[in-house]
Amino acid sequence: MSALQACIEGIGVLGPGLPDWPSTARVLQGASPWQPAPVVLPAPGCLPSAERRRTGTVVRLTLAVGLEAARRAGVDPAQLPTVFTSSGGDGQNCHEICEVLATAERELSPTRFHNSVHNAPAGYWGIATGATAAANSLCAHDASFGAGLLEALCQVAVDHTPVLLIAYDASYPEPMRSVRPIPDAFGVALLLAPGANGPSLARLELAWSEAPADRMADAALESLRASIPAARSLPLLAQLARAVPGRVLIDYLDGACIALEVSACR
Amino acid sequence: MSPLVLRSFTATSAIGRGLAATLASLHARRSGLAPCRFETVSLDTAVGEVAGVDAVALPGELAEFECRNNRLAWLALAQDGFTEAVAESAARHGRRRVGVFLGTSTSGILETELAYRRRDPRSGALPEGFSYRGAHNTFSLAAFTQRALHLEGPAAVISCACSSSAKVFASARRAIEAGVIDAAVVGGVDSLCLTTLHGFHALQLVAPRPCRPFDVTRDGLSIGEAAAFALLERAGDAVDADAVLLVGTGESSDAWHMSAPPPDGRGARAAMLKALAAAGLEPHEIGYINFHGTGTPSNDAAEGLAVASVLGKDVPGSSTKGATGHTLGAAGALEAVICALALEAGLMPAGINTTQVDPALPVNYLRENRSAKLARVMSNSFGFGGSNCSLILARAG
Repeated sequence: MSALQACIEGIGVLGPGLPDWPSTARVLQGASPWQPAPVVLPAPGCLPSAERRRTGTVVRLTLAVGLEAARRAGVDPAQLPTVFTSSGGDGQNCHEICEVLATAERELSPTRFHNSVHNAPAGYWGIATGATAAANSLCAHDASFGAGLLEALCQVAVDHTPVLLIAYDASYPEPMRSVRPIPDAFGVALLLAPGANGPSLARLELAWSEAPADRMADAALESLRASIPAARSLPLLAQLARAVPGRVLIDYLDGACIALEVSACR
Repeated sequence: MSPLVLRSFTATSAIGRGLAATLASLHARRSGLAPCRFETVSLDTAVGEVAGVDAVALPGELAEFECRNNRLAWLALAQDGFTEAVAESAARHGRRRVGVFLGTSTSGILETELAYRRRDPRSGALPEGFSYRGAHNTFSLAAFTQRALHLEGPAAVISCACSSSAKVFASARRAIEAGVIDAAVVGGVDSLCLTTLHGFHALQLVAPRPCRPFDVTRDGLSIGEAAAFALLERAGDAVDADAVLLVGTGESSDAWHMSAPPPDGRGARAAMLKALAAAGLEPHEIGYINFHGTGTPSNDAAEGLAVASVLGKDVPGSSTKGATGHTLGAAGALEAVICALALEAGLMPAGINTTQVDPALPVNYLRENRSAKLARVMSNSFGFGGSNCSLILARAG
């Protein structure tokens, strides 16, 4: 198989105590301590007011990280195809639908219903940015970050286009939280491009491995990595933050890891 | 794009279990839509329910995946020698070289809906035995299918509402072309549940009678359920003349509204143009189009304009949703399989239930079956969130 590779042109991050990519990078470099605090979601100012009122955590989260990655790369998001990936999508909305359907009246709100599709963040992204290129929305349970990265790298390789990968997860309320305990929201966006058009951050090359995924040396960050599927990206983000070449193993499906060779992009 | 061959394919829907029954229903213009008797739903609508899904028993080693959606998948995988064809492909390429890319919109949500009725009255907890990973999670379908077919390659669910299982063809195509895999199981499975029945009702998009796509008095969609699968491999040289190929895929986004298309259908138009470009075809080379054709006034109007602007007014087309209902996340794969049958059998299936085609829609809508040797056909699938996908299938020779 020919190598799947791409240059990373922009990064966006939003998680507990991780308000953007530069702050996240400092934490992952060990330059500043991680101080966990509930995620603060910015208002989705780029959406028309009618749509803005209808959005919850996952739409705000994906807009925030996607726009940050595009902004840092200096790329107009309207021009980008996107790959969204999430293990659980909008857990709050799903819970509220199931609660209503358990009542005698079953009076479901139309907005709740159209927000229930797994690709709702992709739909709002299009409305917010005007992006009309392909948008994909994937799920692979705990392997969702790896599956989305693989899809995005295939698009870069085959369609020769930059692709914005947006991986995200958010917590469920009870009773779902007990069966799927995701502690908080986490989103990461990577703008991947076939070659370096400008100041690229690094180059990724994908291979497979049966070795176990890398863990975070810091116990608190390892707990974050293990408990939120989108945060399985943390070992890669740490390597990018350190800005040194190296090999990173991130979780994929049972019995397989995605190995990423990180190098300088020329 | 490099053509891929559909080495094997199958479909199970309200019009039949497997290809022979499906084709017989198409020939007989038979609809699988009937007044809704599903679960405790008392909505005034017709649904395309697959008979016998609840009687399907998953083998013990797959018990953690028990839910209506995976039972329907299991039922479909057992038809038409599909499972055997996948095993043969895996033996040739290796289990890790066969990917699984499946579409679903609601996965096993029915189990969760029922579990919410049985929450502990004190703690609110879900009942014992509720399986998040096996039933509820959107990935459940691909995890189940991968395990059922003994595959170990890349796997993902693509969940883009009603375009989901058309888009899986595009993702599988890229993974094969990139050399990540040599073959892919693609398809879609969606099953009846309260979320979609009540949700489309809340949006006032559900017809009280069986849906009538492109009819002048069309008044909404009918929900159905289905499972459809195809095994994709590189076409290469050793392909029979009557084999069916995937020759074009095109994807686009509306960037317009969450649950309605732009009135001029520009997103649909972009997807069709991309599929034609990927296939290296001119519009006049498409012999039949299987419309998305849900039967809602605005969807059919936008699609009619889009198709006319790309393929012209004369290309024969129909929506098979009058027969199967709108099978949502399974619709793309189900209608791709119907297109494959159309190519093999030389049949353009009629759009049944429709009695008077809307004169405002510039389309050549087939109300009768038509026999013709078909070389290339297109299938459209569009979903909430403005997600569009067009596929082009062709006979090899």
